[in-house]
Amino acid sequence: MAEPRTLFDKIWQSHLVHVQEDGTCVLYIDRHLIHEVTSPQAFEGLRAAGRRVRRPKATLAVADHNVPTANRAHGIEDPESRLQIETLGANCAEFAIPYFDMHDIRQGIVHIIGPEQGLTQPGMTIVCGDSHTSTHGAFGSLAFGIGTSEVEHVLATQTLIQQPAKNMRISVEGELPFGVTPKDVVLAIIGKIGTAGGTGHVIEYAGSTIRSLSMEGRMTICNMSIEAGARAGLIAPDETTFEYVKGRPYAPKAGAFEQAAAFWKTLPSDPGASFHREVSLMASEIAPQVTWGTSPQDVLPITGEVPHPENERDEGKRHAMERALAYMGLAPGTKLRDVSIDAVFIGSCTNARIEDLRAAAAVAKGRKVAHGVRAMVVPGSGLVREQAEAEGLHEIFRSAGFDWREPGCSMCLAMNADRLAPGERCASTSNRNFEGRQGRGGRTHLMSPQMAVAAAVTGHLTDVRELL
Amino acid sequence: MDKFTKLTGIAAPLPIVNVDTDMIIPKQFLKTIKRTGLGRHLFDEMRYDDKNAEKPDFVLNKEPYRKAKILIARDNFGCGSSREHAPWALLDFGIRCVIAPSFADIFYNNCFKNGILPVTLPKDIVGKLMDFVRSGANATLTVDLPGQTVSGSEGGPVHFEIDPFRKHCLLNGLDDIALTLEKTKEIESFEEKQKRSHAWLWA
Repeated sequence: MAEPRTLFDKIWQSHLVHVQEDGTCVLYIDRHLIHEVTSPQAFEGLRAAGRRVRRPKATLAVADHNVPTANRAHGIEDPESRLQIETLGANCAEFAIPYFDMHDIRQGIVHIIGPEQGLTQPGMTIVCGDSHTSTHGAFGSLAFGIGTSEVEHVLATQTLIQQPAKNMRISVEGELPFGVTPKDVVLAIIGKIGTAGGTGHVIEYAGSTIRSLSMEGRMTICNMSIEAGARAGLIAPDETTFEYVKGRPYAPKAGAFEQAAAFWKTLPSDPGASFHREVSLMASEIAPQVTWGTSPQDVLPITGEVPHPENERDEGKRHAMERALAYMGLAPGTKLRDVSIDAVFIGSCTNARIEDLRAAAAVAKGRKVAHGVRAMVVPGSGLVREQAEAEGLHEIFRSAGFDWREPGCSMCLAMNADRLAPGERCASTSNRNFEGRQGRGGRTHLMSPQMAVAAAVTGHLTDVRELL
Repeated sequence: MDKFTKLTGIAAPLPIVNVDTDMIIPKQFLKTIKRTGLGRHLFDEMRYDDKNAEKPDFVLNKEPYRKAKILIARDNFGCGSSREHAPWALLDFGIRCVIAPSFADIFYNNCFKNGILPVTLPKDIVGKLMDFVRSGANATLTVDLPGQTVSGSEGGPVHFEIDPFRKHCLLNGLDDIALTLEKTKEIESFEEKQKRSHAWLWA
């Protein structure tokens, strides 16, 4: 009898090209996604060495980080952003790589369009020069972020030099309580294990709560694996996965699909497979979450209060808390729901898919954004935007006072014109609340789309359950 | 990539946990299409005020740390995004070695691609090194990769662990891509096999 294996073990072992004596592996990469920010230096390196792209058709490029989310027909004002995006287009043309430019309806955030196009499939290895590549693990694929040197390595060789990761399983059991979303689940997980809790590991999310989620909910969970320190997060593929993939443009066609699905069914972790670390949570214990500090692990239920640093015994952690509270302009003991906000951002590869927008619109419907609050909705892709408009969601957002924008990374990292002013406080559905992340001096509170709308309409952090 | 063998230089203490890549190099500097020139913007928000003037309290704005070649930080250094601009900025500033109790995976990996040595040491030892270099007179450390040690004018040497293959590549300044291209035959045979067993991946 063969040793029971995890989902990660199976994908890893089936992609080994070469294993050195010291255990260093050459791993085959099935799909490579690229964007404008982390690829120009990689193409430059290829040119300098006279190397070619090994599999242009296993590569897909999209402009997302820098693109404007308004008045796109007027082009890109910022000359540096424009040059970076033009460089991507020129590189794709030179190396024959398929490219969705910003006027293509299929354009969007790279981690939203991969699954949307059916390019993301179970059992694959997928990489991208972006840490939120972990999103694609929702399909039971091994997907992780890489640096630009590795982007160049994959372009040239379709492989990566890697060391195997450890297996970690996080099980979440039970039905999600009223008002609690996948975003709250993953924030609660990060709160529990910490922002370095998954370092060196690949996390497999398991349990009845995870199995009951839609693909979009699963993507939200896997997306933030990196905020728990894990390069990749995985969820066992099942009928929900197959149903989602089927019929999408890059999915296997009829005949091939059945063959693929038969293989995909062999992927889930074997009973008795061993994990280096196991963590479990009960869904019933999770309330809507909101971050108070400058690390995603600084998270509490909305019913909580800003913590007191003097209660922290570890010196490093205490300093980090003091620094975070000073940056965030918050006093210990403040009730989270008393914290007023200036801006709201609904978007990002974490929460800009159609289900996120539907959930947000359901809270926004018939309400108004509070006086003095600026609020924007940035759909994850042109196709998400089109679908939302077909359902009339844009009208709900607009009549509530939200700005309805064009797709891109936008204020998640504020590389384009969408950013916070110093001291501005934002309720955001994105994934990072680091200092300066949404603009120099900007203050970010992470939460679910529903919670962000609740904050928008009341003007302060709010328990969305009171509005549902 | 430059080789890394033995480095003697000023070490700057940065006693912060979870130093993220947004702190190391904020996003407004990611619009470049080059690898060089980022050193000026290293730790931009901590280093400069709103008028772009140096903040005198920040360690890299103080003597002798302006010429730091080594950085000492707390746990989980380099967490956050995959931007290789973070090691590029460190390198362009002149930092070739970061010492911390732990590193985030992607950043750790990116260092080796750029001739930067990340040294992992136990928390208490990192704490002692940090205290030691806080006095400018003691700020010079020597990091010896062949011998895998860190030493100061009084303390040390302290031994550190490192993966042998990564050490080999760093010592010799090897280009990963050239190494992998030597295995082209194996890559081709993998692809041929996958075309038969997983045909839908090649449609």
